[in-house]
Amino acid sequence: MGDFQVKVQPKTYDVVIVGSGAGGGMAAYELSKAGLKVCLLEAGTMYDPQKNVTQLKGPWESKRRGASTKHRPFGDFDACYGGWELDGEPYTKEKGTQWDWWRARMLGGRTNHWGRISLRFGPKDFKRRSIDGLGDDWPIGYEDVKPYYDRVDKLIGIFGTNEGLENDPDGFFLPPPKPRLHELFIKNAAIQSGVRVIPSRLSILTKKIESTTERGACFYCSQCGRNCSVAKADFSSTNVLIYPALKTGNVDVIANAMAREVLTDKEGLATGVSYVNKEDLNEYQVKGKVVILAASACETSRLLLNSKSPRHPNGLANSSNVVGKYLHDSTGAALGGYLPTLFGRKKYNEDGVGGMHIYSPWWLDNKKLDFPRGYHIEYWGGMGQPAYGFGMNIQMLNGKYAVAGKQKEAGGYGASLKEDIRYFYGANVGMAGRGEAIPLESNYCAIDPDVVDQYGIPVLKFNVKWSEHEIKQAKHMKETFKEIMHNMGAVITWGGDDGPENSYGLETPGKIIHEAGTARMGNDPKKSALNKHNQAHDCKNLFVVDGAAFVSQADKNITWTILALSMRASEYIVSELKKGNL
Amino acid sequence: MKRRDSIKAILVGTVASSVLVDACKTADEKVNASTATPASTIDRTKEEAEIEAKLMAETFFSKHEMATIAVLSDIIIPKDDVSGSATEAGVPDFIEFIVKDMPQHQTPMRGGLRWLDLESTKRFEKAFIDCDSKQQIAIVDDIAYPEKAKPEMKQGVAFFNLMRNLTATGFYTSQIGVKDLGYMGNTPNQWNGVPDDVLKQYGLSYTEKELKECISFDKTT
Repeated sequence: MGDFQVKVQPKTYDVVIVGSGAGGGMAAYELSKAGLKVCLLEAGTMYDPQKNVTQLKGPWESKRRGASTKHRPFGDFDACYGGWELDGEPYTKEKGTQWDWWRARMLGGRTNHWGRISLRFGPKDFKRRSIDGLGDDWPIGYEDVKPYYDRVDKLIGIFGTNEGLENDPDGFFLPPPKPRLHELFIKNAAIQSGVRVIPSRLSILTKKIESTTERGACFYCSQCGRNCSVAKADFSSTNVLIYPALKTGNVDVIANAMAREVLTDKEGLATGVSYVNKEDLNEYQVKGKVVILAASACETSRLLLNSKSPRHPNGLANSSNVVGKYLHDSTGAALGGYLPTLFGRKKYNEDGVGGMHIYSPWWLDNKKLDFPRGYHIEYWGGMGQPAYGFGMNIQMLNGKYAVAGKQKEAGGYGASLKEDIRYFYGANVGMAGRGEAIPLESNYCAIDPDVVDQYGIPVLKFNVKWSEHEIKQAKHMKETFKEIMHNMGAVITWGGDDGPENSYGLETPGKIIHEAGTARMGNDPKKSALNKHNQAHDCKNLFVVDGAAFVSQADKNITWTILALSMRASEYIVSELKKGNL
Repeated sequence: MKRRDSIKAILVGTVASSVLVDACKTADEKVNASTATPASTIDRTKEEAEIEAKLMAETFFSKHEMATIAVLSDIIIPKDDVSGSATEAGVPDFIEFIVKDMPQHQTPMRGGLRWLDLESTKRFEKAFIDCDSKQQIAIVDDIAYPEKAKPEMKQGVAFFNLMRNLTATGFYTSQIGVKDLGYMGNTPNQWNGVPDDVLKQYGLSYTEKELKECISFDKTT
């Protein structure tokens, strides 16, 4: 301890951005390209995909063979540093409520390992209240965002197909990869049940794109979760936005900078950000003409709520009292098992891209169902790279199915066991739904009055419960999945025996890692924190460009819309600065 | 592992298991740099490197226990026409590391190994590794088949299930095991769809739409 003082960074920036994921990365890219001086604060460590490599490694190169740890909950080769629990950074929950909070702590955040499922919202997704009376409409519509989706498609690259679907808009797609063997079985089985199946839409380059010479085409190692160090063929904020932005010379990155507060002057305008440096534990301030928050929906609202001042006594941008509220995640439920047809299959390399080659966009009309809002279905299976867990519990399988025509006793050992494991390899299939929850005012995070983290920053307390809408949706997912599995003759080994006692296997809120809604947009400053430009109603030089700005999140993974809205807000910032309005 | 998760883990290799390891419990203990093992070939954060160095510097199993693990793992995964044995693939070293990394395995493994020695002493008046292979197999046969094992063998069955799990997963994630399995990926290539002979085998084909829209590569190159 000793002399405690706050150090003020000498340079005043045009823009200070908090957070370097999809929203912050896009803002840094757009604004630095426009010639603005940008300071990018990241709470986690520096990370360079060209140096921090887990791609194209064999399972034996991990001492735990790819098993998960506290530091890499998605496995030892996963590219994201962070987790569900971080040392020294607690969060709390109201009794009887649930929220699992994923926090990435690295340059680029969770974009380094995400699923690359890149879905545009459709026209209906912006106007849900007008359709079913629940939640609220966005202050903007598809036509407002479409030009930015188009630009994101071309800038970042995405494969898929134009299908002419009303609420799953066409885009600028690279050709998708052909379905794998299990995907052909799934497709036929799903179609039999009236479930639409189309090529997936992932931000992975099946061909080089015109916007850059720095990135190569996918070489099909299926390891997008490890981030594409070799070819930069998938989208991560680091490979695609931040490192290119650094080349402009207009961006300074400050890593290990845990934002404490947005600073404001006596007029209530933002002047910068105060943060603690996690390495030297000193307190710093960095000044900017504009402040952009993109720290993840919950961290952003935490920062706003902790930024109290005489002009903003309820927290910054919170005269409406909505900051922290309407917190919601995608719904999720899954099941899986085996496709006995594939036992003893021929072996070949079917890695493909990192993720599914086909998926099912929402295909039904909610007017005929007992729940609002839809879900899409993701599929998996086949001959993946073995990792910790592979080959376990053979006794649950090899007594049930004849191996190469021979019925065996469950369990066993020796050459016979080796034969069994080879025989069953590559026959697994599974599917998961990702659906739209109704954002509710009663689902929120707020500052816990009693708890601070190790930096003295007050922490979030969560208060979230699923409603019957989401539970009914999960029930429908499971019924659909069972039918698809049945149609193709698959055996369900997990996720098939859920019921009302466990909400039909509906995942805990937060678990799908699509947090959104906690500083929502709107035309009415009494009911929203941001206007239609992601700009705070109460503080014109403060912007929020992560999932916090979302009024609702559709049954589409939210990254592509975060990118489009961040690009749109950045363009607005440049124009407003030029006009002298900020 | 919960049953559901363990079933999920059987063949879903690429999805990480749900086992969370509280590896940080003793992270405040000093790591002796001189005992650090060669640098990892995969990206490690500072915390991860420290934890791994510390685990590598510790020893869990005794010499006798390691010798027993070696014998058992080769009974479970012996050399055959296709590939080598568990010990050739370094499975005992993997098991030594994994029980340190996943402490929930420690007591079942240690207690199970002791159970095995007591059983062999009762029957043959020798530790398991000192029995001849016929005697060893006689014991293994009594604990390797959960559905037909006698009730008094239940603890042995539980141990053997765990031992078989760790041996199988250690073997099939080794270089020898991956090759044995026929996994051919993890290498730059061009995905051109399911091979024609495989499509034919299952009576499947791509639609005109798929052939027109999806990316194709010249099959002769």
